[in-house]
Order: sequence, then C-alpha cells, then structure tokens
Amino acid sequence: MGASQSGRLHMFQDLADKTGFSIEQINNLHIRFMYLTQGEDTLRREHLENISNLALNPIRRQIVEAFFDKRNLGEKEKGCLQEIGFEEFVTVLSFFRPPKPRIADEEMKNIKKEKLRFLFNMHDTDNDGVITLDEYRHVVEELLSSYETIGAETAKAISDAAMLEVASVTVGQMGPDEFYEGITFEQFMQILKNVEIETKMNIHFRKMDKRTMQCGK
Amino acid sequence: MLKMRMRMKMLLLLGWCCGLVCAGQNRSDPRGQTGFPVLSINYDYVQMPFEVSLWILLASLMKLGFHLLPVLSGVVPESCLLIVVGLLVGGLIRVMGKNPPVLDSQLFFLCLLPPIILDAGYFLPIRPFTENAGTILTFAVLGTLWNVFFMGAVLYGACRLEAGRLASVDLLSCLLFGSIVSAVDPVAVLAVFEEIHINELLHILVFGESLLNDAVTVVLYHLFEEFAHAGEVTVGDVFLGVVCFFVVALGGVMVGGVYGVLAAFTSRFTSHTRVIEPLFVFLYSYMAYLSAEVFHLSGIMALIACGVVMRPYVEANISHKSYTTIKYFLKMWSSVSETLIFIFLGVSTVAGPHTWNWTFVSITIVLCLVSRVLGVVGLTYIINKYRMVKLSGKDQFIVAYGGLRGAIAFSLAFLLSSDDFPMKDMFLTAIITVIFFTVFVQGMTIRPLVDLLAVKKKKQSKCSINEEIHTQFLEHLLAGIEGVCGHYGHRHWRHKLDRFNKRYIKRCLIRGERSQEPQLISFYNKMELKQALMLLESNSSANLSAGDTAAPQQRSRKTLNISKEREEEIRKILRANLQKTRQRLRSYSRHTLMPDAEDEDEDWSETRIRKQRRMSFMTLPALRESPAVRGSRVESDRPSVLFTLADERLESRGHKPSVTFCLDVEEKPLPRCVSDPGADQLLEEDESLHQRH
Repeated sequence: MGASQSGRLHMFQDLADKTGFSIEQINNLHIRFMYLTQGEDTLRREHLENISNLALNPIRRQIVEAFFDKRNLGEKEKGCLQEIGFEEFVTVLSFFRPPKPRIADEEMKNIKKEKLRFLFNMHDTDNDGVITLDEYRHVVEELLSSYETIGAETAKAISDAAMLEVASVTVGQMGPDEFYEGITFEQFMQILKNVEIETKMNIHFRKMDKRTMQCGK
Repeated sequence: MLKMRMRMKMLLLLGWCCGLVCAGQNRSDPRGQTGFPVLSINYDYVQMPFEVSLWILLASLMKLGFHLLPVLSGVVPESCLLIVVGLLVGGLIRVMGKNPPVLDSQLFFLCLLPPIILDAGYFLPIRPFTENAGTILTFAVLGTLWNVFFMGAVLYGACRLEAGRLASVDLLSCLLFGSIVSAVDPVAVLAVFEEIHINELLHILVFGESLLNDAVTVVLYHLFEEFAHAGEVTVGDVFLGVVCFFVVALGGVMVGGVYGVLAAFTSRFTSHTRVIEPLFVFLYSYMAYLSAEVFHLSGIMALIACGVVMRPYVEANISHKSYTTIKYFLKMWSSVSETLIFIFLGVSTVAGPHTWNWTFVSITIVLCLVSRVLGVVGLTYIINKYRMVKLSGKDQFIVAYGGLRGAIAFSLAFLLSSDDFPMKDMFLTAIITVIFFTVFVQGMTIRPLVDLLAVKKKKQSKCSINEEIHTQFLEHLLAGIEGVCGHYGHRHWRHKLDRFNKRYIKRCLIRGERSQEPQLISFYNKMELKQALMLLESNSSANLSAGDTAAPQQRSRKTLNISKEREEEIRKILRANLQKTRQRLRSYSRHTLMPDAEDEDEDWSETRIRKQRRMSFMTLPALRESPAVRGSRVESDRPSVLFTLADERLESRGHKPSVTFCLDVEEKPLPRCVSDPGADQLLEEDESLHQRH
C-alpha cells in the first residue's frame, strides 16, 4: 500500500470524476476492497467467492465473472482478467449507481443502454455478441438451480419458450431458410424496454455494514 | 332505434323497481273475511328479505343502466352517478310520505365494507406494496395524525372566534371531528382510481394509505370518544393512547395472519371436495374481520393481512376453477357493495336531520384541502431523502388530490352518541358536504387533470416470460452486488424470508409436489394455461390462416391455412405425444392425466388442451421432409421425441442448436412462423375483470 495520503486522494478524485461516485463513497468502497482482499492490492476470484453472503446466490458465478470481464471495464478487447485492482472494482460497481435525479432524457437513455449492456455481457459468455439458446438455457438453469427437484428439461422448456418469444417480438415472420441465431443486443434492448432498468438496477451506496469496516467478521 | 327502445324499457324497469322499493315501505292490507281466501297477501312474512333483494336489484340495475349511457359514464365517475340516484330514490320515498332509511352503521361495517376490503386485500399487488411500504406507512400514520391535529386545532380556533352557535364546540369534539373526517377512504379511492388507470406506484401509494390509516382512525376515534365520555384527560391517558395504537395495528395484523395460516392449512386438504374451497377463503377472512372487531382492533388490517398471507398458499392448493370462482365472487360482492354504499349515501342525505352552518362547513372543506396538501408536501420532502425513486411534484399533487373521503367517515359520525356530542347533526351535515365535495368535484376533475399533467398511466402488462426471467435475475444480481459491497439492505432480509418460507412454511401449507415449485415455473405454467384456454376459446388451431406480413415489431397472429381433416390429424398426433410428454413432465404439472379418483372432477379437456398448446408453442421440428418425419413421430415410442428431435436433426446439419418453430401441416416447405396468437387478448380480458365495470 505504498501510495501516500495525498497521492491516494488524487487517485480517488480521478476515480470520482470518472465514475460519478462521491469521494465519501469511494472511500467506503476502498475500505471494503481492502477488507475483501485482506490487505492485498489486487482482487482475485477467490476473494469474492469467500463472501458468505454470496454463497446462497444462484447466479454467483456469473456475478463473480462480471467483475473480471474486460468488456465491462471499458476496454474494447474481449476476455477475462485474472485479477483486478481497485479502479476496476469501482468501475464495475459504477454500473449500479443510481442516476442523479435531474438529468436529461438523452442521458437517461444512455445510462439505460449501459446497464442493459452489462446484463447482456453477463449472459453472453462466449463473447460473440449474441445470446444463443444454450447460453440462455444456462441462465435459466442457474436461476432454478436452488431447487433440487427441477430437471434439465424444464429449464430447457422455459428457455425455449423465452427464445420463441424474443423471436416473435423482434423478428416476426422469417423466411424458410432462416435460422434464428440468437439474441442480439438490439433485440435484447427491445424485449426489456418495459422493465425500467434505469430505476431498478441500482443499489444504495450510502450505508456500508459497519462490521466490515473493522477487521475480522 | 333499437337502442332507444331498449333504453326506454330499462328506464321503465328501473322506475318500476323504485316504485316497488317505495311501496315496500307500506304494510300489507288486512285479509278480507268472506269465505276461504283463494288468493291472499302476506307481505310481512317476506318483508325483510324482499326489501334487501329489491335494494340489491336496484343497485345492479343501476350498474347496467350506466353502461347504456356511454356519454355520461365517460365524464362522470360512477360513484357520483350512484349518489345522485340515491338522492332521487330518497326524494321519491320522502315524497311518498315515508322516512327514507338511513345507512345503518352496523349494516355498513359488518356487511357492506368487508367484501370490498377483502377484494382489495386478496388482489393486493405485493411487490409494489412492500417496496413502498415505508412511504405508505409514513403517509398513513404521520399524514393522518397531522391532518387530525391540524384540523382539530384550527377548527377549534375558528369556533372560538365565531362564537354564537359554535361556542359550545369544545376542543375534544373538534379533535374527534378531525379524526373522523381526515381519513382517506378506501372505497371512494378505489371507485375513482379504478377508472383513471394511473400508474402502479401512485395507485398503491394512495390506496395503501387509505387501507392502513384505518388503524389510526380507529384508535383516535375511540380515544377521543372515551375522553369525551370521561370528561378529563391526563398525560397517562395520552401515553396509553399511543400504546393502544400499536396494539390495534399489530393486533389486527396478527389476527389476520393467524386466520390466513389456518385458511392455507385447510386448503391443503380440500382436494376431495373442490366445490367448497372458495367458501373457506371467504369464511376465514370474514371471521378474521369479526374477531378483530370484537377486540376493537383494526378489522381492515386484519382482513388485508389474512388475504395477503393466505393467497400464495391457497392458490397453490386449490383448483383452477375454485380460483376463478373466488375471483368472480369477490368482484361481484365488492361491486354490489360499493354500489349500495353510494346509493345509501345519497338516500341518507335526504333522510338525516341536518343542521347547516355556513362557517363550519366551509372552513371544514377548505381545511381538508389545505391540510392534505401541506401534509403530503411536507412528508414527501422527508421521504424523498430515503427513496431511490423520488416522488416528483406531479406525483405529490396526485397523492394529495386523490385523498377522497367516503362512507366510512359518515358511518363513524353516525355512531356518535347525541348526549356526548350535541353538535352531532352539524357534524353529520359537514361530513356529508365534504364527502360530496371530494367525490363530485375531485372525482370528476381528477381524470382531466391526470391527462393534463401527463401523469404516467398504467403499463399494459404483458405476460412476458423474458421479463419475468430478467426480473428474477435482477433481484439475484442486486442481492449479490449488495453482498459484495457489504450492504445489508432490505433485499438481504427479503431473501432470508424467502428461504425460510421455502424451507419450512411451504412444506406445511402446500400439498404435495407443488411445494417445491419455484416461482418461475408457476409463472410459466400460468402463462401456458392462459394460452391454452385462449386457444380453446378462439378455436384458433382450426382456423389457422396464412399470416400476412404484419409489422415485424408486433406480436401479431401468425397462422396457417389447413383443412379440417388435416387438423384432426394434427390433433391426433399431438394428443399421442401429449401422453408421453405428460408422463415425463408429471411432477411439474398441477394435474395428472392418470385417472386418479381425486382428479375425476378435474376438467379433462382443459388440461389436455393445455399440453396441446404447449406442444404447438414449443419447438416442433422444422420440416422439409415432412411426411417421413410425421410418420416417425406417430410411430415412435420414445417420450422425448419432440424435444430432442429438433436438436438432433439440426446438429446433424452442422448448425448450432437453435430454436426452430413451425407447425407441420403441408408438404411444401413452409415459412417459419410463430403460432403465437399473442397472450395480450386473454390478459386484457383478465385486466378488465380487475376493474369494476
């Protein structure tokens, strides 16, 4: 932790400007980051998997992956990192920042698009820009994975129905030679336009659990 | 021309009914004494039920009548028209020389109010309610308290200043009057808001507030009444009042919860006697209400709690027909109740003794508006600091303007004893004026104001499985991110509650395998059932006609042309495969096809059509070599023929497994089409049932 006090503040200020968090929030996140990595500089997958809160979450693997996905970090390249620093941590979390109350419609649309892009990247695990049937099926299976008695066929049935629906909404009538490849990002935006992502996909960054501020749990 | 004749007939019928009602107030003639009476009249024997039935018939005919006059019902909300009708009937009775009946408070609280509240509570949208619970509680408790004390204090000041006839009105009476008239009335809110289709958030805010402020009203009413009776107030009494509030509110909820759990538990065993399932729901809820009223707890909150608690478990246990029955009965009773309440309100206005006092009445009306606006604005300022989705000025205006008063205020005032409150008549007059003002003026103008301010309207809810999947996905995602950030928000506790629910409670209260069913699957099943029933109703599998190119964005009907015998063939094929898939998916369906004794009274065709619909909705193999494939499908005995076939064949072609959908009907290769008539139609029908027509 070699950065001096003023150097760190400078870094925080940069981060705050880039992501839109306030200095206090960045401070809190830094404390949390230090707690998760147990003092190290970089965060690895094991650190996130150790969180007990996350253990019962059916989609924890995708959540953990999302932190290491290069597409979410603003880079044009695809692939995953093995470990991330504090800056990347904050960048990923900035997708969940609630939008400021008085902003223009245009900017709201951009925010919505960014959040949808984050979701899309979570589903599209092979980075080809399209959510195929298999990938969607995987999503549904994960969602149902906490119920032990459900077999694979039901997940398949549901994801098939969902894909059918997407196709019928976005593509409509198709020619006899066409295959429906998968959901593109535009189609994804279209089917989810009624779910108000920009208001729902937010969390409060104000309160942090005081217990995690001190060492030990 | 025909319409005119029908309208004349309706009016005549209505007139005759009114005449009967008025005449029913008379007594029967004494019997003649000449010989054996071949035909005699004994009206006394049937008087009570006869009159009750006449009133209900009148109310129902009124409802019919309004829809024959579309011009009027577009501008004026139904509640206003009903009050006018009540006024007319009351006037008729008065003209005939009788005293019109007044809205008896016992009748109101025990018979007319519960169906409306139960209907509201049973179909309360839980998710928006719990998400906004803090806001709703703030408005209900703090808002009502502010209204009561502000109105009471200012009225007292005004009475002091005015002197004259108002001098005898003391502070306690003013406070009591304030507590009666401040409460937002659920019946009036429902009646008006149902018609303006406002967005879900505002609807649940105003409606939730009107339900939850009952506890405050009950406590304050009894408190002030006791004080007036006792004659003096001490600090200890005030403290007891606060304690009483918590007892009333929490006690009511607990009573309702207990009865709800009992109802859920009972429904677990009703698989052999499906016919009386709805009865349990109604009886337990009504008992909850009455039990709460015995102890002066909040009956409304008990009823709401009972409905909310029992609904998920009961719906998992009862048959689809019972569910429909419950829904229709609740809608019917609440509709009739509401109509009767407003008509009686009009009749009581003509009947009751009135003491008109310009000052008192006008100050009351002005104060109602002012205190409501101040309360809402002030509270919103505080609430917005804690909300993620802030309430805008438009929202605040609608919340303030939608605070309508109604029959509960009237009945509470009517219950006052004239000894303790010599000003009772004046109070009644003022309350009736306030009710008229809010219902007529605010009720009529809220719709154009909503349009003028361009307030967001209710979204057309499409039963979209994608949205459902993603809503659940988002929930888990946000919970996970909160976990990463170390933030123990309400989502965390909600998930804990869900897990507890799943592990322990659902096991006890839900029968059989349904207890393991996740929400996504029940949603999926429901959607399928809807589409199956739609298919059945619209006969669409028979009339598949070639779809024109509708705009690709719309979910329009894409269908094919087939002949009758081809259709029969398809049905046979589908039915055969239905059996096999049914065996495989047995554990996930609510009904079993095997003729069990318990399922004999289930509807065969309903479940069969459901699966048939599922077949046609799901992946059927694309057919270039159609005859061969068709043949193979009929002969093969493999259960998973339909599902795997698509993937196998496509994989052999080297394509990625993708979704292909077509209805194999003719030899020539068909365009891929979606036989998806669109779930909107059935849902619209469903939606319209949710509204009171």
